[in-house]
Amino acid sequence: MSDETTANPWRRRALLGLPLLAAGGAGLGFWAMLRGLGTGSYDPHGVPSALLGKAPPDFALAAPAGSDLPALTAADLRGLQRPVLVNFFASWCVPCVIEHPQLMTLKRQGVPVFGIAYKDKPADALGFLARRGNPFTRLAADEPGRVAIDWGVYGVPESYLIDRQGLIRWRWAGPITEDTMAADLLPLLRRYSA
Amino acid sequence: MIPELGHFALGLALALALAMAGFGLVGAHRGQARLMGLVPPLAMGVLLAVGASFLCLVASFVANDTTVSAVVANSHSLKPLLYKVSGTWGNHEGSMLLWVLILALCCGAVAGFGRNLPSALQARVLAVLGLIAAGFLAFIIGTSDPFKRVWPPAMDGNGLNPILQDPGLAFHPPLLYLGYVGFAVTFAFAVAALIEGRVDAAWGRWVRPWALAAWSFLTLGIGLGSWWAYYELGWGGYWFWDPVENASLLPWLAGCALLHSAIVVEKREALKTWTVFLALLAFALSLLGTFLVRSGVLNSVHAFASDPARGVFILGLLMLYVGGGFALFAWRAQAMAPTGVFAPVSREGALVLNNLLLCSVAAVVLVGTLYPMFADLVLGQKISVGPPFFNTATLPLAVPLVGAMAIGPFMPWKRARLWPALQKLWWVALAALAAALLCLALEGVRVGPALGFFAAIWLIMGAKADFAQRIGLFSRPRAAFGRALALPRAAWGSAMAHGGLGVTILGLAGMGLAVDRLALLKPGESVELAGYEYRLDGVVDAEGANFAARRATVQVLRHGRAVVTLHPEKRSFALARMTTSEAAIHTTWLEDLYVVLGEEREGGVVLRIHDNPLAPWIWLGAGLMALGGGLSLSDRRTRVAAPAAKATALKNPAVQA
Amino acid sequence: MRRLLLALLLVAGPAFALSDPAEQLPDAAQEQRARVLGRELRCLVCQNQSIEDSDAELARDLRRIVREQVAAGRSDTQVLDYLHARYGDFVLLRPPFTAGTALLWATPVLALGAGALLVLGLRRRRAAPVPQALTPAEQARLAELDRTP
Repeated sequence: MSDETTANPWRRRALLGLPLLAAGGAGLGFWAMLRGLGTGSYDPHGVPSALLGKAPPDFALAAPAGSDLPALTAADLRGLQRPVLVNFFASWCVPCVIEHPQLMTLKRQGVPVFGIAYKDKPADALGFLARRGNPFTRLAADEPGRVAIDWGVYGVPESYLIDRQGLIRWRWAGPITEDTMAADLLPLLRRYSA
Repeated sequence: MIPELGHFALGLALALALAMAGFGLVGAHRGQARLMGLVPPLAMGVLLAVGASFLCLVASFVANDTTVSAVVANSHSLKPLLYKVSGTWGNHEGSMLLWVLILALCCGAVAGFGRNLPSALQARVLAVLGLIAAGFLAFIIGTSDPFKRVWPPAMDGNGLNPILQDPGLAFHPPLLYLGYVGFAVTFAFAVAALIEGRVDAAWGRWVRPWALAAWSFLTLGIGLGSWWAYYELGWGGYWFWDPVENASLLPWLAGCALLHSAIVVEKREALKTWTVFLALLAFALSLLGTFLVRSGVLNSVHAFASDPARGVFILGLLMLYVGGGFALFAWRAQAMAPTGVFAPVSREGALVLNNLLLCSVAAVVLVGTLYPMFADLVLGQKISVGPPFFNTATLPLAVPLVGAMAIGPFMPWKRARLWPALQKLWWVALAALAAALLCLALEGVRVGPALGFFAAIWLIMGAKADFAQRIGLFSRPRAAFGRALALPRAAWGSAMAHGGLGVTILGLAGMGLAVDRLALLKPGESVELAGYEYRLDGVVDAEGANFAARRATVQVLRHGRAVVTLHPEKRSFALARMTTSEAAIHTTWLEDLYVVLGEEREGGVVLRIHDNPLAPWIWLGAGLMALGGGLSLSDRRTRVAAPAAKATALKNPAVQA
Repeated sequence: MRRLLLALLLVAGPAFALSDPAEQLPDAAQEQRARVLGRELRCLVCQNQSIEDSDAELARDLRRIVREQVAAGRSDTQVLDYLHARYGDFVLLRPPFTAGTALLWATPVLALGAGALLVLGLRRRRAAPVPQALTPAEQARLAELDRTP
């Protein structure tokens, strides 16, 4: 093919190199994902909250029947003295048991933690707290689970950090472990308390 | 003892594969016939060693050897024999071994059937396959040893997930892997061609049967998986655009493009660089699927256990083979001077259009599958790319593809005119239009199904018209029968594969009209759906080999006459603490009556009843496509390629100027 | 391995996607609309399933919300926006067109365009005379080649 030589050979060379370039780029990306899986910075299963930086939805929940703690409404999350943690939990949820000691630690440190019992019978929720200790200063019941959906909750436990302006600053889906406390929650609490 | 033998055989296979790769590459490079002559026997040795290892693993599973960790994790003494055997590959370690076994089978096949290949080409192809086998054997030995012992032995195994205890799923992975791994051979042919710097018609002929075989198996594997989902998952779904399904669709699309473009190489010596690229791509996409499934980087229902060490290892292999192949392509493809000129309106032009559209569909599926992962990684955005996206984005590409599929076979090589081809198809178009209008008249304005019926009839009748023309059914009807017998099987095959896709689309269009109904029934009560009356007679307890079940009896009546009695079941597997639902399906071929048993409450049971028009045709079509591929494969011209290949060099001196 | 079992348990999920008949809307057209909408929404706790295909608790709740809103006469966009505001882009199985997804949505056009350019480029470079149809001699030769094994 004589016209082959007249066509720009470099263009053809670049074209032939494209697959390699694409494969290399993809490979780098996959490598970064695998590394991220190890460090936790990449998680294909996590769902971010749509409410970060926004105020929580408007809601008014009653306390579970038999509870002597104050209930929780959206108004209670506005104009706060210090950041609070809102925790969705349930007595039937196993990871909530794992999380519980960390919530108790927060209580001892004087961090207000507001609990919302998700799809739980009032007696069961109160029984859970009676057995394991109560970390909450306010307690509400969301038996139908509808307020949780307004918050964007997709499983329990799930926790939201509300700053003094009443905006959601951090959301954690899954149990707050000691590592999560040290790495994420405590630094954030310090930051938003200042 | 048996597990140790299996483990030893794996190590032996690794050594043999490395030797095969070394001897093949060096021998072919130096032109030493003696070294090259060692390669096919070594390939057989790899096959024997991997085969022995695999048999050892099967034996461990069948004997329920509870000192082997893979057996403990996935088997149980009470499991039926079939599922003890299929349990061998129902887990990560065993399925990797199956993968390598099939690769070894390919080595054996190239060594056995490839005697008519030039010895240097055969040696290089086997060497590349040896390199791939060695990499994956090292992966198995290093990170996924199926023969790992546990001590003390467990009392019994943990059992196989009940949902996998199904004949359909027993055969799904082997077929799928035959497809994936089959593309390793086309990959090896491409790499060998790049090393030699020569691609000609003969190469096209050699590569095509492997592409055909891999594609046919992949078609069967995907079809079987989809059918399994349909009858086992219990809500009539058959394709979910899940990343792992997409990962099997991608090599299928690339392979489909490959086996069409290889025809152009064979007949016209055009599209050579492109075909080599497709041959590399098909296997690259197969490997990508393996990586996605086993590394844990994606969010899928099918994903295997994720272990970062395994992920990194597979990524390394992926980069080695795919990167190596594409690097060779970038470096050497320049040397393959493009020859062959073609007119846009011609058979080769139609095949180029086919490739363009197939590859665009593949690009959409690939980008759609990987996009959420990369959007997360690069932009930090969590998005979902699901069925609504894939349906919307692929449909505009699928429509012209199907349109061109029926016209293409009517185009002569080199230079054609569109009009005569269309003239032969006017009655096909009319029939297709009639089908679409009928659908609209009967079912109301449903664009999707109507379009589907048009496409289905267009393809099926188009394939028939193609066939009829080839045998001169209308021009010389009396000789037609004889001509049909004399017709090359490749022609039968292509008509059947094209028609098969039409049949599948017919099923898809029918499923677009599916209806269902959820009802709470007490014994004696009945419910009506799509002209059938479903009467619940009762629910009883039933016992299976390793499960207890609740079994309903549902009487189906039409116009008061009994049609069939269905027994949907709900099975509880005590060991796995799982319940599965066995849908009861009765097919009339025109529709599936599909009943699923739900919860029992308030003295009644919940039944979900589906009426799925034309459902079985989806998988029947897949079977026809694979059969078409098999027929093409059995064509004498495909099988015995070597002498013809020499001659093709003379075939078209004009275009080689 | 446990993860695999877990993953497969989630596969098994749909086997129980049999829900309460009372969940359905009495109006067939509305129910149909609700189903179409449900297939656009991702079940967040399952893997890649729509809320229509899953019987996870949350999927049930979301189905109920979709149906309530459809019954209340809200438009499709309103229903999708309602859930989008709560769960973000992740809940939409059809990703919204944004700067971040522009490339995704452009893929069909880009792929087709790039392919067409490639084909055109090849053709331009080979502006050789258009080949003639096969001569009878060539055809005979071809037929012979097809016959010879």
